[in-house]
Amino acid sequence: MSPSVRLQEMIRVIRSARTQGEERGVIQRECAAIRAQFRQGDNGSRSHNLAKLLYVHMLGYPAHFGQMECVRLIASPRYNEKRIGYLGAMMLLDEKQDASLLITNSIKNDLSHSSQYVQSLALCTLACMGSAEMCRDLAPEIERLLRASNSYIKKKAALCAVHIVRKVPELGELFTPSARSLLSEKNHGVLHGAVVLITELCERNLDTLDQCRKAVPELVQIMKGLVMSGYSPEHNVAGISDPFLQVRILRLLRILGRNNDTASDAMNDLLAQVATNTDSSKTAGSAVLYETVLTIMDIKSESGLRVLAVNILGRFLLNNDRNIRYVSMTSLQKIVQTDHNAVQRHRGTIVDCLKDQDASVQRRALELSLALVSAVNIRSLMKELLLFLSSCPLELRANTTSGIFLAADRYAPSQRWHIDTILHVLTTAGGDVRDETVPNLIQLITTASDLHSYTVHKLYRALVADIQQQSLVQVACWCIGEYGDLLMKGECEETEPVQVTEDDVLDALETVLQSHMSSPATRAFALTATMKLSTRITNNVDRIRSIVSIYGSCIDVELQQRAVEYNALFKKYDHMRAAVLERMPVIDKNSPGHINGDFTAGVKESELVKVKQVEADRPQETNQACDLLGLLGDSDQPWQPSPAQPTTAPSSASTNMGGDLLDLLGGLDPIPAPAVTVYEKNGLSIKLQCDKKMDTGVTVTFTASNSSDNDISSFTLQVAVPKSVQLQMKAPSGDVIPAQGAGHVIQTVLLNNPNKVNLKMRVRVQYSKQGSVCQDMLQIDSLPTPALQ
Amino acid sequence: MYSIKASQPNSGHRCLERYTFLKFFVAALNQLSLSSAPLQIRFLLLFSRQGKVRLQKWYAPTPEREKKKVMRDMTTLVLARKPRTCNFLDWRDLKIVYKRYASLYFCCGLENQDNELLALEVLHRFVELLDKYFGNVCELDIIFNFEKAYFILDEFLMGGEILETSKTSISKAIEASDLLQETMEEYMSKPAF
Repeated sequence: MSPSVRLQEMIRVIRSARTQGEERGVIQRECAAIRAQFRQGDNGSRSHNLAKLLYVHMLGYPAHFGQMECVRLIASPRYNEKRIGYLGAMMLLDEKQDASLLITNSIKNDLSHSSQYVQSLALCTLACMGSAEMCRDLAPEIERLLRASNSYIKKKAALCAVHIVRKVPELGELFTPSARSLLSEKNHGVLHGAVVLITELCERNLDTLDQCRKAVPELVQIMKGLVMSGYSPEHNVAGISDPFLQVRILRLLRILGRNNDTASDAMNDLLAQVATNTDSSKTAGSAVLYETVLTIMDIKSESGLRVLAVNILGRFLLNNDRNIRYVSMTSLQKIVQTDHNAVQRHRGTIVDCLKDQDASVQRRALELSLALVSAVNIRSLMKELLLFLSSCPLELRANTTSGIFLAADRYAPSQRWHIDTILHVLTTAGGDVRDETVPNLIQLITTASDLHSYTVHKLYRALVADIQQQSLVQVACWCIGEYGDLLMKGECEETEPVQVTEDDVLDALETVLQSHMSSPATRAFALTATMKLSTRITNNVDRIRSIVSIYGSCIDVELQQRAVEYNALFKKYDHMRAAVLERMPVIDKNSPGHINGDFTAGVKESELVKVKQVEADRPQETNQACDLLGLLGDSDQPWQPSPAQPTTAPSSASTNMGGDLLDLLGGLDPIPAPAVTVYEKNGLSIKLQCDKKMDTGVTVTFTASNSSDNDISSFTLQVAVPKSVQLQMKAPSGDVIPAQGAGHVIQTVLLNNPNKVNLKMRVRVQYSKQGSVCQDMLQIDSLPTPALQ
Repeated sequence: MYSIKASQPNSGHRCLERYTFLKFFVAALNQLSLSSAPLQIRFLLLFSRQGKVRLQKWYAPTPEREKKKVMRDMTTLVLARKPRTCNFLDWRDLKIVYKRYASLYFCCGLENQDNELLALEVLHRFVELLDKYFGNVCELDIIFNFEKAYFILDEFLMGGEILETSKTSISKAIEASDLLQETMEEYMSKPAF
């Protein structure tokens, strides 16, 4: 075992470098020397140089110039050079490098080498980085080696075959017969390789799966032998005989027994035996037991066996070892749907795991707890979850809040409880909730009409206490605006009566308006709430008027616009103010304004908003504009609706409510999505217009017009889209486009994009003009998005 | 008023490039995860407490940039773990199993349906093999003889799967290969076993 002295010397020098710069300097010098030596050719120290280069590569420095040297070394007749050459190939080359193809021939030669160690080098490298072409070339060789007499080579060939099958699944049939025959081997290494290979083949090919089912008794025998055998020093790990092989066989049995009664029956006894006899005090035993449990749950086992399996998982849950608890929760998660009651029995322990220090365990416990929520245990479980929320790690907060909301939505025992829970979540973790929470909560509050005064009291108190949590503040402002009169009446059966004066309320809202912690959306909520209060209070209307007029010159355009409009409401339309600002009706959960999450407060907005358009499905579009951007692969900038956005786009619900009262704008026409000119040549111009109907569907309309002096006839459009997108072309309106823009041809194309891929189109235009046929191709890389503010 | 994405070729292109590149990588990874192997290791890393990588083995084709990113992520995630926590982590769509032996962290990335306890055993077996070969192995041994560590690993795991389950077999194979390396000329002329 002669060490390469020069390599170790270099490592020593590099390690003794005191700064990063010094290390870089040393490495640059060494690399230069290595490059020079590579150019010199065979000088007896090629392997040392490559080894040095590999070390440098491991430190993170570029080493691509060593690739060709690897190829050369692999072809060398000397074993030490081959060894380091193959190692270099595995480290520096992968299937995407061109140089990797050059070693195919060397690998082929080495596969038939007289020394098994050279053969093994070739097999190892092929299994590590063999590309699909290399695999195809060398598959027959591997198949031959599978039938060799040498078990050392056979086991390596088996795993190499596994890699080949993964890369080129069609070659699986080549290996199936030899794989089956390998099951009768005694050598554990070969047996293991054979089981892996058969697993891989069965996964890919249903026929092979059927064939291999016949091997179930054989596998059961082998497994029994392993379990019942005495101490074998070679394979023993903590009292278990070859746990690696046992787990592998169990996995194969699982695949063979899935959905098949006969196979499952054949392995029932074995599984029961393994489950009861395996000693799980050490990790090795637990690993085998774990795999057994998973197998039992997956095949068609008898109920007694399933009960045994769930009991084992329950036992795991109580284990002191965190790993085992983690693992048991992972498996319980898989079976919680099918064996819900069995898992419910362990709810207590699972909930205790929420209090564990370990973030991984907490995560598993959280998922499992959320899956265990039911109408029966919702109250107690929610208490635990809320407790968890106050102390959970940051990365789990978002999951927790959304889980809590979902659970509360489905199983809330009463509306008051529901509102309380949501308020609690908002006070503890308001920053980690999703955007739809605010409109959802508001909708919930409107439906709970008998709880209005209770809710507004609670929210007022929360607002006075803390104005940091934006979602909470927004909801509070909205409620105070809506139900401020109830607040000031001061009577509330369910909470202690507190005397709230009009000044107090206005103070609170003003604090929100002026605080630097409030986001623009929150301030908009507060301003609108203040305005609404002008009809609900009696004494301080002047104060409100002054607040509103101050904000008429606010820098924030959104606020300024609102303030100006409210001012107008005070001045010119005072007679309408009461009607405009009256109490809102109950919001229907499925209204467009609600779905979108663009909830607006206040009816008058829709009328006084002179901004761009009020389109019936406008809110729908903003949400889908978001999706369109996602389609265009703009993954670096996930589109966040600007805070002003939610309150700009008026909901159609409010349009309908107020549209009849005031006819200020006389009904705005919906502005269609803009048409983009995609082709302009020889007088023919084609415009493209997109409409999004559903989440995955787009209607594209091509409008072709002709501004030249001659008519265009036989006009056809052909459209090609990416593979996963479905295309349906409607009949065009005609195929003649008269000259001088006297008419158009309109072609509608329906696209369905279920996989939400990048929507690209290639359009071929063909037409005849003045007797000659013209053809052109245009590529559309992205579809125009509708207007965004 | 509206923006057409095509009008921003440079940044959009880069974004698209990165997006499609990542999609390809994930797709390539997903292709490998078709099988329900109980242990299909994607990568195996050894790093010190300062985050210096001492051994890296990749069992799936990974571009250099992605490798660096994975190594960075692994070191940050694993080194941030407190002492008495469990040995498993979730990262992207993989399970990470790690174990600390003296000053080295052994970390491997598994598919989602893999048996984590078995992975722990694999890591332990690897440490035992190193220990047997080097005799009371320490980090310095692995630093100065990194190529031997790789050779031992290649006798134990191949293509992300366990190759040999018997410690003695592996040790014998390594010894024989080393012997071959020393006296290769003689060996080359002898007939096959």
